[in-house]
Amino acid sequence: MKGLPLAYILRNLWVRRVTTLLTALGMALVVYVFATVLMMSEGIRATLVATGQADNVIILRKGAGAEINSAVGRDQAGTIETLPGIASDALGRTMVSREPVVLINLPKRGSGKPSNVTVRGTSAVGGELRPQVRIGEGRMFRPGTSEIVAGSAVAAGFQGVGLGQTLRFAGRDWLVVGVLDAGRSGFDSEIWGDGEQMLQAFRRNAYSTVVLRLADAEGFEHIRKALEEDPRLSLEAKPERVFYAEQSEALATFIRLLGTALAVIFSIGAVVGAMITMFAAVAARTAEIGTLRALGFRRGAVLLAFLGESLLLAALGGVLGLAGASAMQAVDISTTNFQTFAELAFRFVLTPSIALQSMAFALAMGVVGGFIPAWRAARLEIAECLRAA
Amino acid sequence: MSTDPASPLIRIRGLSKGYRRGDQVIPVLLDLDMDVAAGEFVALMGPSGSGKSTLLNLIAGIDKPSSGTIEIGGVDIAELSEGELADWRAANVGFVFQFYNLLPVLSAQDNVELPLLLTGLSSRQRAERARLVLGLVGLADRADHYPNELSGGQQQRVAIARALVSDPLLIVADEPTGDLDRVTGEEILGLLEQLVVEMGKTIVMVTHDPKAAARARRLVHLEKGVLVDEVGA
Repeated sequence: MKGLPLAYILRNLWVRRVTTLLTALGMALVVYVFATVLMMSEGIRATLVATGQADNVIILRKGAGAEINSAVGRDQAGTIETLPGIASDALGRTMVSREPVVLINLPKRGSGKPSNVTVRGTSAVGGELRPQVRIGEGRMFRPGTSEIVAGSAVAAGFQGVGLGQTLRFAGRDWLVVGVLDAGRSGFDSEIWGDGEQMLQAFRRNAYSTVVLRLADAEGFEHIRKALEEDPRLSLEAKPERVFYAEQSEALATFIRLLGTALAVIFSIGAVVGAMITMFAAVAARTAEIGTLRALGFRRGAVLLAFLGESLLLAALGGVLGLAGASAMQAVDISTTNFQTFAELAFRFVLTPSIALQSMAFALAMGVVGGFIPAWRAARLEIAECLRAA
Repeated sequence: MSTDPASPLIRIRGLSKGYRRGDQVIPVLLDLDMDVAAGEFVALMGPSGSGKSTLLNLIAGIDKPSSGTIEIGGVDIAELSEGELADWRAANVGFVFQFYNLLPVLSAQDNVELPLLLTGLSSRQRAERARLVLGLVGLADRADHYPNELSGGQQQRVAIARALVSDPLLIVADEPTGDLDRVTGEEILGLLEQLVVEMGKTIVMVTHDPKAAARARRLVHLEKGVLVDEVGA
């Protein structure tokens, strides 16, 4: 079947450019919502995955799921440190960090609304285990003191956590001596202090997790097996990246599903808009359709021409929507991760996969909105069309 | 389309056409017989509702008869499927309409090239042929103009070029001068006559205008779906 030239389709869209643009903008808004939701979900995932290191292992209580639900006793932590396959640092220290993790409530800057912030007790080795974390301003806390350092998102987003300010929690005053730059990982949303000081202040006798560095990649299986086979230890080991990916799963999935559902509901409006535009185009070009059919173009060619117009409209809407969504990459946002109950700062991340999904969504709107008018155009009788001239 | 000099190009026998309105069938053409020889210029005349446009549509293959046969070049087009009929029209019929029916978003050149998209010609061959035919109708210098940049007479010339470009044996024209002033209408009729005389085309034209009809070699008069009079047969 021979079709109509692309120039015919493009020029028809150009001739009614105001309608074309308005219809495409309606579709662009839906694509924008669809893409930003996926970007938000991807941003959360990327932030938390970047938090983990490939050769780090996190050890939690069996079935704990999150650090704040976990407890690792001192004796258990001691046993872990004796396991083979753990790397040592340049100073010969075993690369293990015993870490209490607690949530505190702080008021947000601007709104003053309280939100949970993760406080992590760690050590010098804990810092070495996270090479992506650097001191952006000030200095690192000193061991054995009530000094803390705040992640950059916490320092920027909460009251009283600026450099040199004193923060009161767990019955003590804590001096903020530094601001962390954690390379857009989840540690930007945490406060770090000395692990032993935190245990005392929070009156705890168990750590939340133990993090260690593997001497080699195969070492993980040995550690996992050793923990599983020791009846004294009711602990489980996970590669740190896997653990943080799991931390993002619930929130990312929730946002993705909710957002996609919203985008689909909004898309009904855009599809109806496209349908009205295309029906108007068919009505205005009835004689033209009759002429094309009389000249020998088949019904399929007419259907494809009108469907092509609708798809081009949708593609324009898709590109505009993606361009708007792309600008969102410059925006920092934070929300409560309901898996950890703590505030998490992240950025919208646009990936090629999201761009493709968004364009596919736009084109799907074009097909749904354009098919019925195109089908109607193709079903018109030639003689009736020509009488409309 | 094959043509035998001894047999007419168009051979219509027992042609009837009715339109259904609810339970009723309204007859438009009644048991009509008619022949048109190759190279003839036939004018169909008659009052409104006489069935002349319906007859033209049936000859052009854009409508189907209720009964009867329409053989054109030996092919009974009433028996063709919709797809076959579309291909047949593309190869054998050129259309000239009262309101020109040019596609407003395409230039004169692109409008003329349109029927050639249904052939196997390359883009260069299509362009060359369209330019040649635009030259024949005296519009070589208007090839890049869009319909709204052309006068009514020029638009109808482009429409004639479009009808001519695929070299059909049959050209159907529905009130080709109906939207034109007298002088321009005369020019268009002159051009149609030229197609018959110089290129051997067969033209069937519907018109209300006796002066336009007088330019045809044969005048067929229809009334209430019946052929009532013929002049010049």
